[in-house]
Amino acid sequence: MTDTIDLRPGFADPVIEAQNVFRLVLDAMARPGRIATIPESLQPPSPLSVGAAAICLALADHDTPIWLAPEFRTPSAIAFLKFHCGCPIVDVPANAAFAIANGATVPALDQFAIGDDAWPETSTTVIVQLDDLAVGDGLVLSGPGIETTHRLNARGLRVDVWGEWRANQGLFPCGVDLILVAGNRIAALPRTTTVSEN
Amino acid sequence: MTTVIPHPNASVATSAAPAGLAGYNFAYLDEQTKRMIRRALLKAVAIPGYQVPFGSREMPLPYGWGTGGIQVTAAVIGPDDVLKVIDQGADDTTNAVSIRRFFAKTAGVATTDRTVDATVIQTRHRIPEVPLTENQILVYQVPIPEPLRQLEPREAETRKMHALEEYGVMHVSLYEDIAKFGRITRSYNYPVRVNGRYVMAPSPIPKFDNPKMDRMPALQLFGAGREKRIYAVPPYTDVKSLDFEDHPFEIETWEEDCSLCGAQDSYLDEVIVDDKGTKMYVCSDSDYCRERREAGHQGDGGPK
Repeated sequence: MTDTIDLRPGFADPVIEAQNVFRLVLDAMARPGRIATIPESLQPPSPLSVGAAAICLALADHDTPIWLAPEFRTPSAIAFLKFHCGCPIVDVPANAAFAIANGATVPALDQFAIGDDAWPETSTTVIVQLDDLAVGDGLVLSGPGIETTHRLNARGLRVDVWGEWRANQGLFPCGVDLILVAGNRIAALPRTTTVSEN
Repeated sequence: MTTVIPHPNASVATSAAPAGLAGYNFAYLDEQTKRMIRRALLKAVAIPGYQVPFGSREMPLPYGWGTGGIQVTAAVIGPDDVLKVIDQGADDTTNAVSIRRFFAKTAGVATTDRTVDATVIQTRHRIPEVPLTENQILVYQVPIPEPLRQLEPREAETRKMHALEEYGVMHVSLYEDIAKFGRITRSYNYPVRVNGRYVMAPSPIPKFDNPKMDRMPALQLFGAGREKRIYAVPPYTDVKSLDFEDHPFEIETWEEDCSLCGAQDSYLDEVIVDDKGTKMYVCSDSDYCRERREAGHQGDGGPK
């Protein structure tokens, strides 16, 4: 009996596509709550979304350990990340540079690396897959990168995550950064963003 | 036993850099270096004003000529970008011309002198006079990224001072200026506080430009090649120049107008025009001056 792995292709044009995806992520990180749309050029193995896969292909390599939530640890997803990124897959979220989880089951945010006061950039960037992401009613975001407020509707996220987010913000300059992903739509919440739910 | 079966589309050939220089990767740097710089940039944006260490590479020009700015630009720029490079405000100085040519050659990107047409602006020591927009990225070349370095030479100490938000020594230094000279005498690289937390070196821009950094709609990225640091100010972020209640921050003013375009609101360079020391004043921002002259504005033409 032989298990087979469906190894999906990465970027057709790695240099240019990685640059494009990075710029979208940079813009999302610089303007928290603004939604960026990643071109649908990938067909990543389920349950990786186009957005999460593209972010990994653009930014991950042998220097960035990745933690995967249990539902993402499929042979195809692991093969995809290891083959295209060459990144180590780690078992402990606090050892990861990037983490991928589902919104409903993402671990408590303090489980990830938060960096320390002298080296706050060593924290985990958590990629959270959601059902839907839209501009509109829902969360009210403010902070650096936002002129007045941004509104973001993030569906499929565990409700108690915003309490943890406030605690995360209190750690500044330490703390995790979130990238929310729904399909090929992404929005980022750096640790500086204040989120209120009305 | 596990067998890996390549996907039917897996053999798609990798296309070469679209219009770059043969034998070089798009925008000169290799992909692993770009990824490393890109990750540093994302963390820099998430922690406004904090200096993220990065593995600065040797570039085909010496330290002090913009190696940090070039590496940031190389990691950010794409084939659709339009690049402007200025050195002390001017598009036509040696440093600006060679960096612009470098990216025209290695990335095949369009370049421009016009501030409003650029999507990425790399700068040495100035912020353009025309307000920047949300669609632009400003990349600064930074010689000394650490604002506390002249006061505390040890990196381990300054890192601790930033971690503990211990900036008393900087205020003492500014106060000593006031005690000695009656005013804060720093005229460039005037320290700022970003989002109420990190004290940051704005690179040696004149303090005239400091207010432009405050809540700027464009993303501001800083690269220091020799010192191996990257930092950032996100759009619409508070950037306050350090001062005292009774000695508020002030920018330079001039009695003169620009001799070429008559501008009264721009940063002026003093130019010596003969061997008797006769001076004229002209805009440091060459694009701003040209646009004004093209729009019909005229100065007094300088000394006759």
